[in-house]
This record gives sequence, C-alpha cells and structure tokens, in this order.
Amino acid sequence: MSIFVHAKKRVSRFLSAFFRKRRSRIGIYGPPNAGKTTLANRIAKDWTGETVGPVSEIPHETRRALRKQDITITGTNGSTITIDIVDTPGVTTKIDYKEFLEYGVGKDEAILRAREATEGVAEAMHWLREDIDGVIYMLDSTEDPFAQVNIMMIGIIESRKLPVIIAANKIDLPDASPQQIRNAFPQHPVIPISCTAGSNIEELYEKMVFHFG
Amino acid sequence: MQQGVQINLISEERLSRMTSMEKIHLILDDVREGTIVILEKGLDPDEQSKLIEMTMLEILPDGFNGIEIETYPSHEETPGFLRRLLGQRSPARLTVIGPANQLRMIRKDKDVISAWVSTR
Repeated sequence: MSIFVHAKKRVSRFLSAFFRKRRSRIGIYGPPNAGKTTLANRIAKDWTGETVGPVSEIPHETRRALRKQDITITGTNGSTITIDIVDTPGVTTKIDYKEFLEYGVGKDEAILRAREATEGVAEAMHWLREDIDGVIYMLDSTEDPFAQVNIMMIGIIESRKLPVIIAANKIDLPDASPQQIRNAFPQHPVIPISCTAGSNIEELYEKMVFHFG
Repeated sequence: MQQGVQINLISEERLSRMTSMEKIHLILDDVREGTIVILEKGLDPDEQSKLIEMTMLEILPDGFNGIEIETYPSHEETPGFLRRLLGQRSPARLTVIGPANQLRMIRKDKDVISAWVSTR
C-alpha cells in the first residue's frame, strides 16, 4: 500500500471518529404493563421493519433490557435522528411470584419469572445511571400517574438531566385521562398515544426528533 | 406474646451523617425484619435509584417481596426558572418505607400520608 493511501485512510478514520455524532440511547421506562414493549416494537417496525420483543398481558413479560440499534426517525421538516431504542423491564419496588400464578403460570415458572424480573428491574436502574441519553417515560392513561414509583423515576431522570418525553398510552380506552398525567408532570412534554391503535404516534416521532435531536 | 409492628423514626441529623449505602442498608435491614422506617428527610434521587436496585436483589420467593415507599410530593411541583437554571431541586420530604406485604398506602396528598400496617 502506498504511503499516501495509508495516510489518507488514517486521516479519514481520525476525522470520522472526531466528527461522528454518537447515537443516542433512548430508554423506554415506566411501570409494568404500561405498553413499553408495544411502543418499542411500533417504533422499530415503523422505521426498520423489525420488532424488539414479545408482548403479553402478564406483567414483567420484558425481563431484560432489549436494545434495537440504528433506528433513524425523520420528522416532517426533514430533520432526522438516529437512535438506539432500549426497551426496559417495568420498574417497581415489589415483585411477588404469586402474582404470576393468577395468569395460569405454574409455581416453578412463576418463581423463575419473578427472579428474572427482579434482575431486570435492577438492570434497568443500572442502565439509567450509566448508559441512557434520553427517556420516553411510558404511562397507562387509565392508571393513577401519582404512584410513588412514577414520582421517584421522574425525579431520578430529572436529576440526571436527561431529556424526557412522557407518553400517555392507552388513550383508546374509555377510562383514559391523559390530562391527569399532564397535571402530574407539567414540567415535561406529554404526548397522548395509543400504541395498539396507532393513534398520535406521528406526534410522538415529531417530539422525539425535536427533543432527542 | 404481644403482637405489634416496630416503627423506626430516623432523624434528619442522623441521616446527614450517613453515606448513601449506609442509609440503604439501614432501610433494607429494618424493612426485611418487618419494621416500618420513617425518614425525617427523604432520599435523594440517586439514593432512590440505588434503593430500588438493592431492593430487587434482596427479593426471595416466599420471603421478602419488596418495599412500599411513599413520600410527600415536593413543595415545588414545577421548579422556578432560576432553580431549573441552577439545577437545584427541592429537598425530599418525610418518607415512609415498609415491607410490601405489610404496609399499604390508603391515601396521600401534599401534606398527609395515610397508611395501613398489618402484623406478619
């Protein structure tokens, strides 16, 4: 290889490393069964054609943080962001394997699920402290947003100075009250959505491009 | 033998002398034994994050299954412009922590936490 080609490659590598913007890792956080994996799947499906993980009505179906890399989202004005989506296990302060028995899961399987869920929550907290650049905090609009775990999590996210968008999910359900979520967290943008019906997802993408870009 | 629930009220002064991990171990050691812990001044966000993580690692089938925690809402739901600019947050207020299978929160508003405690 000529000395010029070699030098050109080295300069090119240096410049690309210097100017390349690191992809942001956006964590989807929230309590169990808020629809985090459904949202992660929708984002991944809409922009890459692939999904992230399985969904189910059983709480703590996601028991490991799952990452989908290189998702490029384009806003209506042509701006783009390239992110990694990290779908995290639902955050809680208590897990009892007996909860899983109510869904027809056998005792051994329930104990295993509970153990994996506890490890998953611990891992999600670790990710938040070390490896996350922005957060979509997912709430079920039919539930009380003032639950202590939500107050704590938003406080933790704010203390790390991470940009956050609150997604008020399940607005297709009759008891949904996204306004209550706005009242609970007036300091953050709240986007009412329905992941299963696909309602208002475009507004969420616009906000992501603006907020995480 | 008399049945009852032990309640430990930890003063702000004592908490201020402890490191984050000392506070978390104090809370979890007491709560695992069935004690209700009341902190005169709550944990900061980083301590709360570690408390959640450590709690998860302590959970056992048919044993300790986690904590119930409640604190008054912050005095200042929406921090003013200057506080946000300076990155200042309102200090955490009085906090109640207990075993999830014994402590149940009934009602909470900005100045009252109403809880129900059962014996083991």
